[in-house]
Order: sequence, then C-alpha cells, then structure tokens
Amino acid sequence: MGVIRSLPAPAGFFQPDSPFPSLKNTLVTCALAALTVTTASAQMLINGAGATFPQPIYTKWFDAYQKVDASVRFNYQGIGSGGGQKQILAETVDFGASDGPMSDENLAKAPRKLLHLPTVAGAVAVSYNLEGNPQLNMDGPTLAGIFLGTITKWNDPAIAAQNAGVKLPDIDIVVVHRSDGSGTSFIFTDYLSHVSPDWKSKVGKGTAVSWPLGLGGKGNPGVAGQVKQTPGAIGYVELAYAHQNNLPFVSLKNAAGTYIAPTVASVTAALASATIPDDFRFSMVDSPGAAAYPIAGATWLLVYAEQKDHAKGEKLVQFLKWAYGDGEKFAPALDYAPLPDAVLKRALERVQTIKY
Amino acid sequence: MSSVTTTSPVLPESTSRGPDLAFKWVAGAAALVVVALIVLVGWQLYAGSRLAIHKFGFSFLWTREWNPVEDQYGALPFIFGTLVSSLIALLIAVPLGVATALFLTELAPLRLRQPVVMVIEMLAAVPSVIFGLWGIFVLIPWLRDHLFVWLKHSLGFLPLFRGPIYGVSMLAAGIIIAIMILPIVTSIAREILRSVPNLQREAAYALGATRWEVLKIAVLSYARRGLFGAAILGLGRALGETMAVTMVIGNNPQIAASLFAPGYTLASVIANEFAEATSDLYLNSLFELGLVLLAVTILVNVLAQLMLKSMTGSGPIKVG
Repeated sequence: MGVIRSLPAPAGFFQPDSPFPSLKNTLVTCALAALTVTTASAQMLINGAGATFPQPIYTKWFDAYQKVDASVRFNYQGIGSGGGQKQILAETVDFGASDGPMSDENLAKAPRKLLHLPTVAGAVAVSYNLEGNPQLNMDGPTLAGIFLGTITKWNDPAIAAQNAGVKLPDIDIVVVHRSDGSGTSFIFTDYLSHVSPDWKSKVGKGTAVSWPLGLGGKGNPGVAGQVKQTPGAIGYVELAYAHQNNLPFVSLKNAAGTYIAPTVASVTAALASATIPDDFRFSMVDSPGAAAYPIAGATWLLVYAEQKDHAKGEKLVQFLKWAYGDGEKFAPALDYAPLPDAVLKRALERVQTIKY
Repeated sequence: MSSVTTTSPVLPESTSRGPDLAFKWVAGAAALVVVALIVLVGWQLYAGSRLAIHKFGFSFLWTREWNPVEDQYGALPFIFGTLVSSLIALLIAVPLGVATALFLTELAPLRLRQPVVMVIEMLAAVPSVIFGLWGIFVLIPWLRDHLFVWLKHSLGFLPLFRGPIYGVSMLAAGIIIAIMILPIVTSIAREILRSVPNLQREAAYALGATRWEVLKIAVLSYARRGLFGAAILGLGRALGETMAVTMVIGNNPQIAASLFAPGYTLASVIANEFAEATSDLYLNSLFELGLVLLAVTILVNVLAQLMLKSMTGSGPIKVG
C-alpha cells in the first residue's frame, strides 16, 4: 500500500531540491561542472556501466532527470553486459546493467546482496529478404529448423504450410546471426532453446553461441545489412532497429497459438503474462499471453541492496523511483516496452528496500 | 650541448661528458620502455588467460570447437583464418605494391610521381571502419555478383573456388586487407627501389639490356631482400587487422577449403565477443587468443627474418 502512495511522489518530491528549474540553467551548470573539477565536486556523480541495448533509454532518462534533480549527474558507459556485471561485482561503478540475468556462479561472487531491477523490455524481430517482401508467418520449431540447418529452402513444406497464398521461391535460405556477443543473441537463442529440444541440446542459449551455420554480422547494422543485400537471407535484429529501417519481419506463433507481429504492445503483453520470480531473474520468451510476442526479453539494472555511500545511495534510490514513475513513459517512443503495472509495483517495492 | 655549437674544429679538452652520458641514458631508457611494453603486454595476456591455459593446455591450439555455451574453447579456426586471410592479402598486395613502386621509380614521368605517391599515402589515412563499410555496401555486392561468379565459373575445378557464394568470405577479407596494406608495401618498396644505385642500371644498359631486362637483372634482383622485407612489414599489419575484417569475413569459426566460405580471425573474435563475455573461462580463453595472436605475429616475423638471412643477393637489407 505504501508503494501506491509513493508512486506519484518522485516528480513533486525533487522540485524543492532543484535550484535551477529551467533547462538553460541546468545546461549551464552541466557545462561548468564538466569544465572544472572544483565545480563538479558540488554535483554528485553516479557511475554506471553495462548493456548497450538499453543505452538509448538510459541516456534519455539521465538527461531528463537533470531537470528533476540538478544536483546529481549520471555517467553511463555502454561497455556490454559482461563488463557491466564485472564492474558492479568489483564495485568500480555505482550500478551495473545487463541484458541477461546474472548466472548463479557470478552472483555468488558479489560481496553483498545484489539486486536485479528490470527496467524495460525489448523484442527481437526476425527479418528476411524475399522478392516482393511477402508477409510471413512462422512457428518456433520452423525458425529453429532454419537456424539449425534442417530447413534449407524457402519453399520447404514446413514454411509453406504456415503461409498459404504466399509464393515461396525455390532458393537456399542464407542464415545471418550476430557475430558479436549480445543480449539480442541471448534472447533469440533463449527462445529457440525454449521451443526446440534439438536446439537446446545441440546449441543452447548465450550471448554468443556456437552457431550450426550461417554468416555472422557485427551488430544490428551488420546483420541488417547482410540480410538486405543477400537474396534469401534471414536474420534477427532488435525491434527498434527493424522499425527504424523498415525491415520486413516474421509474425511468430506464440504459446497461445496466434501469429503475432513484434510491437511494443505485444512485448508488454508478453511481460504481463511472464512468470517473474522474487529475485526478478526471469526469462520472458514464449510467454503464454494471447497477444504476447514470443521473442522478447527484459533488461536489468544491478544495484546493491545495501549502499556503502549514504548520499549516493539516497540519490540513486530517488532516481530509481523516478525511473519507475515518469521514466517508463519515455519507453514506447524509443521502441522499448514499459513494464506492466503489476511488475512496476513489485520493482518499486524492491527499490524501497535498498538501504543507504 | 654548448660543445656542439662551438665553432672550434677541435673540441676543447675540458668539455664535460655529462650531456653525452645523459643522452645515452635517456635514449637507452626510451628503448627499454619499448621492450618493457612488449614484455608487459605478453605478461598481462598470460596472466589474463591462466585459467584457460591451465584447463586446455596446448590442445587449445588445435581444438576446432569454440562454444561459449558449453565453455569449450579452441583457437584453430581463428589461427587458420588469420593466416589465410593475411596470405591472400599478401598475394594480392605485394605484386601490386611492387609494380606500383617500379612504375613510380623507374617508368612514370617525373611530373606524375609526386601526385600518385600522395594518393597512395592518402589510402593509408582512411580509417579501418570506413574500409569495412565500403566493403559491406560496395565491394561485397560486386564481388558476389561478378568476380566470385567468374572465379567459380573459370577456376571452379579447384576446391578453393567451390561452394555457395555469400559475398562475405575469406577471400573478401583478404582483398580488403590487401587494399589496406597496399600503401605501406608500396611506399617501402619505393624507398627500396630508390636506394638501388644508378650504377647498377647504367651497367646493365651498357651491356645492351632492354628496359625490362634492366629492371629484372639490375633493379629487382638487387632489391630482392629489401622487397621481401616490405612484404613482411605488410604481413605484420595484415595479421592484426580487425575492424574491416570483422565486417566482411562472415565471422564463422570454420575451416573450409573454399575461399568463398566465411571464416574468422583471432583479432575479430576478440573484438566481437569481449564485451559480453561473462564466464571466467570464456574471458580467459579470449585473452589466450590475444596471446596466440601475439605469438603468431612474433613467430611469423622470426621466420621471415630467417628466410631473409638465407636469401642470397646483396643490396639493402634493412627496411623501414
């Protein structure tokens, strides 16, 4: 109950603290702070590092938060989830960020209790290059078959059966995957492991896996470029990237048996129907909701339950409360799915347990 | 320093040895820093990869599997990819670079030489990632639709030019690296050829040699060792080239006979997977790949030096 009362609090809560309410003044303060070390000491600096996938929204948050509380500045380095986990474990940053939940092995290395706080979720779109850009439907086992190399032609009966009326060419399927370790690959392989026992036993899930076949493209642009240029290619990219580049994408059959296109709404639906354990380390692929898109995953902030530095801890908690309130509203415009209310409430409760 | 600027032809007896000694120590220390850096890099790589070295031993070098999910790591496909892509690059860049250098020193009209040299040096200033992007969007489609199709059609009886054509491939990577090392090979080859004494040429002409014969017997054979050195410096760069290669090689850790098949290099896999590597063994294995790359580079250079020594012929030995 306490949570609900405090929900609208963040926005109004900080205004008295904020000495410079206007954007112009805030920018001037920032510039001064950046210029001289002595000025910077007046402004608290909170450091974070980790995943690159949520970097656009985090950057947006830190920027917007300057208007809420000008006395604190956030510095976020998108060095990858692996680096984010390492740095928060070594306590060289104040918070970490990761696209996949930490393994038990890594979590055991934490000097104190480390919390996983989900922030937003994203989807992975499966894009392809076929003459005339027909709209395609696929189910999980078919997709797994393509990436395993058991389905090699576009006119394979497994694909044709789900796409009545689409004229599929008799050409080879060229598989394209990410070559760099990435949260996108983690979500994608997590999904394939979920829907295909073959995939699970032969390949498994991870930020980088031993791909049975295909070409590796570096980053979303690498994969998208490869798919765009190679007739008969299929590959996976972040939803935001697919949208911004107008790539065609597959509608996937979800656990409820409906073919669903990747959208912000269908990802939030997946989040709403996912089973989320108490420690928030969850996978939301193949969610049971009727409108849920199956290849989706959350991204997490990693924060210690007991903050060493009182002042920093206080500011960090205030920021997190704001992020779960006003911050979430920025998500859809950047093609991220905001957390559904029930998850938001649980995450906020967890934030309030942070001691400083 | 004052002793240097003195007008007296004979240095005064009283000149202190201090500055001399100081300079000797400063220069010595500078040289030592370079050596220390290499040792430090080697040590850091070793320290970072101890877990993997302990777990896999030498079998790391000939294991084909690279599977982060199963925590199984082997370097062979990457060593193969690094060596093959660099070799392709050398096979293209050295003849092209030496021919360009010959043209510039022996054949081109004087007015043309400087502009062409400038253009070649500009090539060296293009950032790696630009080559990569150009590779993806311009070179690869052209290779896929024209050169590779033609190669497959005319040389398809060789296993090197068989199999499906994707565009991104070992051959594409070799071609990109060739373009990138062309400036260094050309400018060093040019310096070498310029250092061939004119007496050599004049002697050959005096014997009634044609222009081609002069180039062959007087210039090229004299400069052979130096040109080999130019190739080695090019190779050194090719082995470590990362960004552009990653973008066009296809990043698939396989050992295929076909040059149309995708490959993977040591430098590329480190760049690709380092940021998201979470398990200790995984990270250690990536470090060990770095160590292997360092070892391969040193080994190739030592081999080249040995070959250089065993080569007959006079002429300039030192390059660069």
